[in-house]
Amino acid sequence: MNEFNWILAVFRIVGVLVGMSTAVFACWILSGCQTPKHISGVFGWLLLIVLWGLGGYALTSRYALGLGAVTHLSDQFPWGIWKGLVVCGIAFSAGGFLTACMVYIFRIRTFYPILRPVVLTAYLGYILSASGALLVDLGRYHQIWRPIFYWQHHSVLFEISWCIILYSCVLTVEFAPILLDKLGWTRASHAVHAITVPFVICGVILSTLHQSSLGSLFLIVPTKLLPLWYTPLLPLLFFISALISGFAMAIFVSALSFWIFGQPLEPRVLTSLAKGMTPLLLAYLFLRVADLTARNAWVYVFLYPLQGVTFTIEMLLLTLPLFVVLKTRWSGRRRWAFAAAIPVILGVILNRLNVAWVGLLPATGSNYFPSWIEVTVVLNLVSLGVVIFGTAARYLPLFEHPDVGGRSHAPGAAGGKEAIAQLEARGA
Amino acid sequence: MISRRRFLQTTATGAVAALSARRLLAETPADPKESAGVLVDLTRCIGCRACENACRVRAGFSPLPVATIGYGPGEGKLSFRTRTFIDFRDGPDKPKQPVKRQCMHCVDPACVSVCPVGALEKTQTGPVVYKESICIGCRYCILACPFSVPKYEWDNALMPRVGKCDFCADRQARGQSPACVAACPTGTLKFGKRAALLQEAQERLDAQPDRYRYLYGDEVVGGTSWIYLSNQVPEELGFPLGLPKEPLPSLTWRAISKLPFVVIGVGLVLSAVVRWRTRGGTEQP
Repeated sequence: MNEFNWILAVFRIVGVLVGMSTAVFACWILSGCQTPKHISGVFGWLLLIVLWGLGGYALTSRYALGLGAVTHLSDQFPWGIWKGLVVCGIAFSAGGFLTACMVYIFRIRTFYPILRPVVLTAYLGYILSASGALLVDLGRYHQIWRPIFYWQHHSVLFEISWCIILYSCVLTVEFAPILLDKLGWTRASHAVHAITVPFVICGVILSTLHQSSLGSLFLIVPTKLLPLWYTPLLPLLFFISALISGFAMAIFVSALSFWIFGQPLEPRVLTSLAKGMTPLLLAYLFLRVADLTARNAWVYVFLYPLQGVTFTIEMLLLTLPLFVVLKTRWSGRRRWAFAAAIPVILGVILNRLNVAWVGLLPATGSNYFPSWIEVTVVLNLVSLGVVIFGTAARYLPLFEHPDVGGRSHAPGAAGGKEAIAQLEARGA
Repeated sequence: MISRRRFLQTTATGAVAALSARRLLAETPADPKESAGVLVDLTRCIGCRACENACRVRAGFSPLPVATIGYGPGEGKLSFRTRTFIDFRDGPDKPKQPVKRQCMHCVDPACVSVCPVGALEKTQTGPVVYKESICIGCRYCILACPFSVPKYEWDNALMPRVGKCDFCADRQARGQSPACVAACPTGTLKFGKRAALLQEAQERLDAQPDRYRYLYGDEVVGGTSWIYLSNQVPEELGFPLGLPKEPLPSLTWRAISKLPFVVIGVGLVLSAVVRWRTRGGTEQP
């Protein structure tokens, strides 16, 4: 026993040191291979070093001791916030297929400049929230590949696994030009462009399937999920709210690229996105209210205090942006569009957590609240996403316009370097 | 730029795939008449816990201590190591009613339908069995079970398992009755074919209306292999409130079975849009 504890301690120390040194390296890369010059930079470095150090401790503990020792999961409450992160992360990555659809299928020029950053966000969302969180959450994480070979077509989770695997391939194709342009492999980049449109179509189909299926996951628990959230409409509601959060995330990412990375951004990009989001929000709220009324479920707001409060906050967060958007003379202002996106993002996160966590508490007789290790792992995955995005923004042609294809795109539609490369290839 | 031929090819391939998927997804239910079942006559149960002891021994765990009265901490509920136990329920104006708990072995089990890799299986003979070597540890079965039966081996860091009653499938294959049934001294548990047991339960209900009032398991969630006869309301005996008569997997199936149409519909619409936006070889503004 003593010997085991000693080994565990060494294991944990190694984990913390690896986490902290990775954080130092990441910060150094992120700040352009320089040490921090200002006090805010030092603070940022310290924050990441502490967070990833704790993350090293959390991960080593989880893999050494198992789920029971480090999480507050139990037989009453088998799915915690790690599964919640999967559900939330995938909802937010909906921006990827939405923007790709508007750019490659509908060819709306307004959105060309934001395609690459939004696709990268979606890519990170899928890799970190789906694969990353599942690698921590699955009891047999080393068996994560099994759904590829063991088929069970009655299972929603099986369908979601396949959609995520295939959609990750689609995202790789959509993301590849960024990397290939950086490397200067023009011919490979063109080869990828040639197959992009069919891949985008597949991506939209796959996203429609698994975004709605995340809601279908909870159709099997009619007695465990509170009627405030349980409805046969769950798949439809999840799909619409994923579209909404996709718009909101596109606004969020492009606004941040504008403010933090100083990229040019026409105000009409954000306002068009906010306009696209509005009818969906209205439809979503109408469906929710009609469904709750039809099922006589409003009374549960008063029967369960905690669930009543989280439900009310969720509905308020999703209603608030309507007031922002319907405000007269708001359009043309980036800040207002951004202000509409923030409550939507929070509202959809809260909706997913309500369905996967809070709404399940009363019937399961559980008082689950995540342990600090569970929270740390979630924060680590999110911060990893932020760090990778920041690094990509610094080193990759992330903010250049995509080459959408078509023989006669207008000059300037393709990225600067790319257009020059094309001209050179033609022997100009 | 994408040619018309490629569109047609893509769309046709998608449609064929979706249609064949639809045929593949046709359901094949096990024959409920031939499957095994147990009739639990709660009016005969004295709460001796012989079934619990026999189950522990058969599953390879330590037997109950001699002269056990009551439950210690962490006992008195289903867990990874406790596949069955006697739940002593307080009845109004009544002595404590012992209720045996174990997997109900639903006719159309939710756990089997949700498992993404098919680690749980409803066998033709009745038992719902867990195939440890296939499990990935997603714990969806634990969430989905309406009776909250499957439990997890939370302290196993590398190969955690799901623990649940397997209806002694191995004993049944050898022609024996489950260990708990064999151990019952009062005839509370009766093992047989589910259809025959349902008939017998109905006969008992009709013959002794004072002694028996309720039958549970005949139609809840599409029926269970374990059926209970009692003189108390099933919900008072600790069975979950508000379960539908419809099998739970059909709630999910209604959504999954629409997916092929989504694939075809979205694919056709998007292909049409691309054609429209790129017509004549040039992009429209």
